Amino acid sequence: MLTVLFDGIASGALLFLLAIGLSITLGIMNFTNLAHGAFAMLGGYLTVVMLNRWGISFFYCLPVAFLAPALAGVILERAFYSRLYDADPLDQVLFTIGLVFASIATASYLMGAQHQIIQVPHFLQGQIHVFSGFDMGTYRLFLLAFCGVITLLLHLVLMRTRFGSRLRAAVDNGRIARGLGINVNRLFAVTFGVGSGLAGLAGALGIEILNLDPVFPVKFLVYFLIVVAVGGTGTVGGPLAAALILGIFDVAGKYYVSQIGAFVIYAVMVAMLIWRPQGLFGKKAVR
Amino acid sequence: MIARISLIALVVAVVFGACMPATVFAQTPLKVGLILPMTGPMASTGKQVVAAVKLYVAEHGDVVAGRKIEVLLRDDANAAETTKRYAQELVTNDHAEILAGFGLTPLAFAAAPIATAAKVPMIIMSAGTFVIPQKSPYIIRTSFTLPQNTAPIAVWAAKHGIKKVFTLVADYAPGIDSETTFKAVFTANGGQIVGEARVPVQNPDYAPFVQKAKDSKPDALFIFVPSGEGAAVMKQYAERGLAKAGIKLIGPGDVTDDDILDSMGDAAIGTITSMDYSAAHASPENKAYVAAFEKANPGMRPNFMSVGGWDGMALIYEVLKKTNGSAEGDKFLAAAKGLSWMSPRGKITIDPNTRDIIQDEYIREVKRVNGHLWNVEFDHLPAVPPDGKF
Repeated sequence: MLTVLFDGIASGALLFLLAIGLSITLGIMNFTNLAHGAFAMLGGYLTVVMLNRWGISFFYCLPVAFLAPALAGVILERAFYSRLYDADPLDQVLFTIGLVFASIATASYLMGAQHQIIQVPHFLQGQIHVFSGFDMGTYRLFLLAFCGVITLLLHLVLMRTRFGSRLRAAVDNGRIARGLGINVNRLFAVTFGVGSGLAGLAGALGIEILNLDPVFPVKFLVYFLIVVAVGGTGTVGGPLAAALILGIFDVAGKYYVSQIGAFVIYAVMVAMLIWRPQGLFGKKAVR
Repeated sequence: MIARISLIALVVAVVFGACMPATVFAQTPLKVGLILPMTGPMASTGKQVVAAVKLYVAEHGDVVAGRKIEVLLRDDANAAETTKRYAQELVTNDHAEILAGFGLTPLAFAAAPIATAAKVPMIIMSAGTFVIPQKSPYIIRTSFTLPQNTAPIAVWAAKHGIKKVFTLVADYAPGIDSETTFKAVFTANGGQIVGEARVPVQNPDYAPFVQKAKDSKPDALFIFVPSGEGAAVMKQYAERGLAKAGIKLIGPGDVTDDDILDSMGDAAIGTITSMDYSAAHASPENKAYVAAFEKANPGMRPNFMSVGGWDGMALIYEVLKKTNGSAEGDKFLAAAKGLSWMSPRGKITIDPNTRDIIQDEYIREVKRVNGHLWNVEFDHLPAVPPDGKF
């Protein structure tokens, strides 16, 4: 049972890393970015190409998997997304869904439609036997540790830096933040870039656990949205709690009640949203 | 005004006149509608079948019994509604005389009524669920059935010291077919099923299911997953240390799909499966087939889906030679029933009663040969019928 719990927490940690970018951008920019998964996919495929074709070590692939989608995010944000901030949510959805389809077609054309397989470094493979009935997958342990570090970094940046306080100001009340001279546009661009970069990083880390294929952005879109809806937008703690809960229930559900296992995650979402419709730690953002 | 009309009439007449001789003197080409998933999760199936079809036409020429074969490829992206629509369009608009392909069971089910209504032969090159040929009297299968591919491994396991098995299958028709056959045959031979699980096809996450299998402490884990998913399962099998815990991996050969076997790494070595085709099959026909396939598609190894496509075309060509170029539904079916020929996989026959395929089955083990992983055959069951009862 402890193994299931551990697997669930690791799964939740990955989910958190994938969805945190979406939560922040949805919170501060109020922009429904359904193409978030496409940045994750970009990070994943870059890692596959670098690892499989160019033989670059896995750990050097990770920074690239962060930087490239981050850069792509900043460029797209300045070029396209910024034009739609005041647009109807439906227009935003249409644009981002179009972006998703374009990315799926591109990935399919360039990389083929099959699942991508990578071999992670040897010391990350296998399991660590803790005691009878409890084995920790080495890669999942690494994932957990990595996500822990990232979460800590995010928390420190948000709470202890000037950039973080400006970001929080923009989340709470964008108009007044602008009035105080905070360059909200540049804030948005950087935040969007970081959010997309984190997604790309998670996409790279997730190749081993989730399946990477061209339809990744659509397949996992539901999971990102569940994490964001249940966790509340604009915070780090909310999506973290939501992702962990969802990860644990998903894995436990599939283990203990296999017949309906895949449905448990949706049942949990419905229950949590009935209990707290604004999300676990959500606040109402003022624009 | 009159001059203008007569000018137009003259142009039309000239154009018609130019076209006329071509249509009058040439035999009409025979259009084969090939409906396959070329995008989406089953895309690897589509690619393999198309590659084999193209190879067959390249090697045997595109004229049979005086008719030029034209293959019209349609991508149904795994959606049954799309398959049905394409089947309809191919038959009514494009005048296709044969329908072929069908990567998955629901897709075949969707197109079956079209074949019956239009009296068009429908050749199943991929799908494996047992009941498919019953959906239309015009269906002929050249791929395989899940009972056919599963029964041999069930018997082998029971005879080789495997007493307890945990079954893990994908939750769709072929998976359930495979699970049912395995359970029936394995228990009939004295085995015991200690647990079972079904994984959703859409977002498969094998980790908790493989963990549950490990915790049930079976002698072997029986797996069926769609072609191409084997790598994900193998990863979980390796990561959770099932081999170290003494749990063997068995199943029909879909899990060690030749297309992706080589990239699975050492974790796959020792897996024992039963299947109708292995790229390592040591016959002169297969050696030639694999060599030609790899030459035409660099980096791609033919798998069991591709021979379904190859033999589908072989069926079409052989039948057309018998019917003298006619693909008319009843004539085609009559000529196809009982037809037997040598395929890269071995000898195959179209059963006259069920219009399904009778073929040899092989028990294979994954071994590293010359630096690459292959399904090496070590046992052989001749002429296994489609219901797997041999």
